[in-house]
Amino acid sequence: MRGLWKLTRMEALLYLREPMASFFTLIFPVLLLFLFGSIYGNKPNPFFGGRGTVDASTPAYMAIIIGSTALMSIPIGMSTYRERGVLRRFRATPLQPGAIIMAEIIVHFAMTLLGAVLLVAAARLVYGLNFGGNAALVFLGFMLSSLSFFAVGFLVASLAPNARVANIIGMVLYFPNLFLSGATFPKEMFPPAVKAVGKFIPMTYVVSLLQGLWFGEPLDKNLLAVVVLGGLLIVGGIVSAMAFRWE
Amino acid sequence: MTAAVKVEGLRKTYGSLVAVDGISFDVREKEIFGMVGPNGAGKTTTIECLEGLRNRDDGRLAILGYDPRREGQELRERIGVQLQQSSLPDDIKVSEALDLFASFFRKAVEWPPLIDLLGLAEKRNARFAKLSGGQKQRLFIALALVNDPDLVFLDELTTGLDPHARRAMWDLVRTIRDRGKTVFLTTHYMEEAEELCDRVLVIDHGRVVALDTPDNLIRGLDAGTRIVFTAEEGYDPKPLESVAGVVKVEKAGAKVFVTGSGERLVVLVVDALDAANVRFRDLRTERPDLKDVFLTLTK
Repeated sequence: MRGLWKLTRMEALLYLREPMASFFTLIFPVLLLFLFGSIYGNKPNPFFGGRGTVDASTPAYMAIIIGSTALMSIPIGMSTYRERGVLRRFRATPLQPGAIIMAEIIVHFAMTLLGAVLLVAAARLVYGLNFGGNAALVFLGFMLSSLSFFAVGFLVASLAPNARVANIIGMVLYFPNLFLSGATFPKEMFPPAVKAVGKFIPMTYVVSLLQGLWFGEPLDKNLLAVVVLGGLLIVGGIVSAMAFRWE
Repeated sequence: MTAAVKVEGLRKTYGSLVAVDGISFDVREKEIFGMVGPNGAGKTTTIECLEGLRNRDDGRLAILGYDPRREGQELRERIGVQLQQSSLPDDIKVSEALDLFASFFRKAVEWPPLIDLLGLAEKRNARFAKLSGGQKQRLFIALALVNDPDLVFLDELTTGLDPHARRAMWDLVRTIRDRGKTVFLTTHYMEEAEELCDRVLVIDHGRVVALDTPDNLIRGLDAGTRIVFTAEEGYDPKPLESVAGVVKVEKAGAKVFVTGSGERLVVLVVDALDAANVRFRDLRTERPDLKDVFLTLTK
């Protein structure tokens, strides 16, 4: 696809030139890790079924990173491009819409991955993070989680009439996902009613899938999460492709 | 001369609103072709249909031989487009924007000579958001030329620019044409169309009102010559109406406007004033311009 490589490189550069945009992706999860790590450390904790707080939290915090790129960066970025006429200008060239979407996915996935790597490195260096799973499976689970939430992000961008509304919808989706899924506060401390609500929050399945794979649970124990996220990816991908608007 | 653009019966409606109502015209190769018309006349819709950014409802289009609806991808390889409303990311640098856009095309020119031509060489490392209005406009022209197009669309190129920047832009458009390209532009400024365009298309309510060279359009108006002078206080210009060739006499404050035709019109009017012992000053003649044509045709 002509133009894809240059566009991807450009988007990555622009992302890095806007330091505030990467706060929730690169910095915030590490700060959260230090906050709870400094309170509880990483000793085996009966609260987490004998696992250390940092061991249980690190895969959960990855969901925060995924949410920040998928529900904040992508909707705001795409709808700003549309609102300001950047997409319009691209459209007057032979560039294919697929190349634009592809570049956005590559750059945002790279940033999400970078956020996760920073988080794991900090947890490992400071708290001696333990890992009991298969790295390739964790990567695949992380990728599935990211892409299915990206599909939602593109959908928000297409449906919102302007960047301001996209920002609001993104936040309205992000914060419940963040707090009710166990990504920030562990599920183990939720009362049954909140746990029940959590079953309807897509990010709950990201947290359970990544935690499960992190501790080496067999895949069939996480089948529900894979099905939910896979469904979200397919439905979200199709609907957002249909809803895509240049202007 | 072959036609760079052929339009036959182009029609576009938005719901019950007919934006373009069956217009036809040709644009010749290597000419500067201007489209003018009041707000809402259908200029932008027309140009967007030609560029392939909008699908027409009816009519036949051949832009460089391509149908923009079926062969839009191929067409966009060969045209350069400057849009009325578009933008770039705030933090992109001038050189990066050119590099990026060059990568979208099968064939692209080396862009450093382009930014020299457009006077942006010193700004090559400046970010888009830091450029002035004129500089942004010049960057958009550079982007429109990066694929060495045969046909360049310029939609309200000079809107919002100061008179100096506008003049510089006119020179630039002539340079583009001198490099063998066809230029299709729209404008709100009649002096711009008159100064710059080989031929001007006037549209109103989605229909073609006139299409000719600026000179022919003005001549076709048959408005004759207008003499303007400032007269002494209390002067009544009524007697001038009987001078041979005079059609109309008007007075506004101390200014008198005499409209008429004939080679000796000025001599006869001055003689009449002199014979009546009228004291006058600042006498000059005015030829109608494209603005008068526009105001007459698009009422």
